[in-house]
Amino acid sequence: MIGLDFSSALAAWPLLLEGAIVTARITLTAMLVGLVWGTVLAVARLSPVRPLAWLATLYINLFRSVPLVMVILWFFLIVPEVLHGLFGRAVGDIRLASAMVAFALFEAAYYAEILRAGILSVPHGQMEAGLALGFTRGATLRSIILPQAFRNMLPLLLTQAVILFQDTSLVYVIGLADFFGMSYKIGDRDGRLTEMLIMAGAVYLCIGLLFSRLVARLQKRFSK
Amino acid sequence: MISIRNVSKHFGAFQVLNGCSAEIARGEVVVVCGPSGSGKSTLIRCINALEPIQAGEIVVDGVSLTDPATDLTRLRARVGMVFQHFELFNHMSIMDNLCLAQVKVLKRPRAEAEANGMRLLERVGLADQAAKHPAQLSGGQRQRAAIARALCMDPVCMLFDEPTSSLDPEMVGEVLEVMVELAREGMTMMCVTHEMGFARKVANRVIFMDQGAILEDAPSRTFFEQPGTERAARFLSRLLDR
Repeated sequence: MIGLDFSSALAAWPLLLEGAIVTARITLTAMLVGLVWGTVLAVARLSPVRPLAWLATLYINLFRSVPLVMVILWFFLIVPEVLHGLFGRAVGDIRLASAMVAFALFEAAYYAEILRAGILSVPHGQMEAGLALGFTRGATLRSIILPQAFRNMLPLLLTQAVILFQDTSLVYVIGLADFFGMSYKIGDRDGRLTEMLIMAGAVYLCIGLLFSRLVARLQKRFSK
Repeated sequence: MISIRNVSKHFGAFQVLNGCSAEIARGEVVVVCGPSGSGKSTLIRCINALEPIQAGEIVVDGVSLTDPATDLTRLRARVGMVFQHFELFNHMSIMDNLCLAQVKVLKRPRAEAEANGMRLLERVGLADQAAKHPAQLSGGQRQRAAIARALCMDPVCMLFDEPTSSLDPEMVGEVLEVMVELAREGMTMMCVTHEMGFARKVANRVIFMDQGAILEDAPSRTFFEQPGTERAARFLSRLLDR
C-alpha cells in the first residue's frame, strides 16, 4: 500500500454531496412509491377478483424476472421514445426522473411479495372478527390486517430497503452521477480511482451496517 | 329474535347443514352441542352471514339475511360474536380493541367510546388491563376482553363459537362466569360449547346436532334427563365419562 492519497476525496466534497443527494432521492422515492404501489399489488394479487389477481401476478413476476439494469435502461431509452411518439414533445434531461420511475416500479414488485406474505401471516380469524364488528372487507383490511402485516414484515421491508439503497449505484449505466457514480468520476478525473473507490465502499459499508443493526434490533423487539 | 328456517349449506358435494330449523326468542339462551364436524359452528357462523347458505332463510331481529337488499355489514354490527381464538387485534391495546369499531362503525365520539369501553371492562373484571396489549393477558382475560369488545356495540344478540375450547382448564370458569352473568341480564345468546355444566345451569334449550342436521331441540332439563334420541344419549354419556 504505497502512495494512497485521499485529498481529492476531501476537496471534492460538494460534488460528492450532490451525488449523495441523488442516491437519497432515488432511494426514498422508490421506497415510498414502491411501498404504496406494492401494497396495492399485494392486495390485488390476493383479491378474489380473478382478472385483478392475474394482472397483479403478471406484473410482479415480470419485474422480478428481469435484471434491474435492464429496467433502468428500458425506462431511460424506450419509455421516453414512446412518450415522445405519443405526445410529440421533446424531453429534456430525464435521467433522474427515469431512474426514480424505474426503481419505484421495480421495488414495488418486491415489496408486493413481502407484503403478500405479511398479509397471509395474519390469521384468517382477524378478517372474520373485523367483519363481525360491522367493518366491510376493505375497512378490515385497512384498519386491522395491513397494520399487522406491516408490523410482521418490518424487518424484511427494511432489508429490502438496504438492498435498494445499494442497487441505486446501477444508475451509472445511464450516466447519472449518484454517490457511487460521482466518486468514480472524480477518481477518474484526478487519477485517484483506487482511493475514491475505497472511500465510496467504506461509506456504503457503514450505512449498510447501520441499517443491519437496526433490522436486528427490530427483529428482537418484535419476536418478543 | 333469531329464526332459522330449513337452512342448508354445502361445500361442493359435502353437505354441512341439512334442513336446519330453530327459533330463538328474545332473552333466550340456547346451547348448541354435538360431535365435532356436526355443523354446529357453521350454523352459528351463518347467523351473522360469515358463511353464505344455499337454501332456506335466516331472520335476525326482523332482518332477513337472504334478502339481497339486506346490508350484511350493518347487520353484523348489531350481532355480537365471540370466537374460539378470541381474535383480539394484537397490534393495539385492549382499550383500542374496544373502541375501534365503536368509533369507525358506530361513529361514536372517542370519549364516549372509551367511557363505554371502560364500563364494560369493569363488568368483565378487566378495568386495570385497559392499556395492555392482548399478548400481555392470559387466555381467560383475552376472551373476557373479546366479550367486552362485542358488547361495546350494543348487540341485539350474542353468538359464541366454542368460547372456552382453547382455554386452559383453570381459565374456563372465569369466562363462563361472565357468560352466566350476561344470560342473567337477559341477553339473547346462542352458544356452541361442550360445557354441559353451563348448559344445565343457564341454557333454556339445548340444540343437539349431528352430521349437519338438528336431531334434538329440547328444554335443557329434558335434554339432560331424557334425551330423545339414542345418538344424543350416547354423546352425553361419552361427555360425562370423561
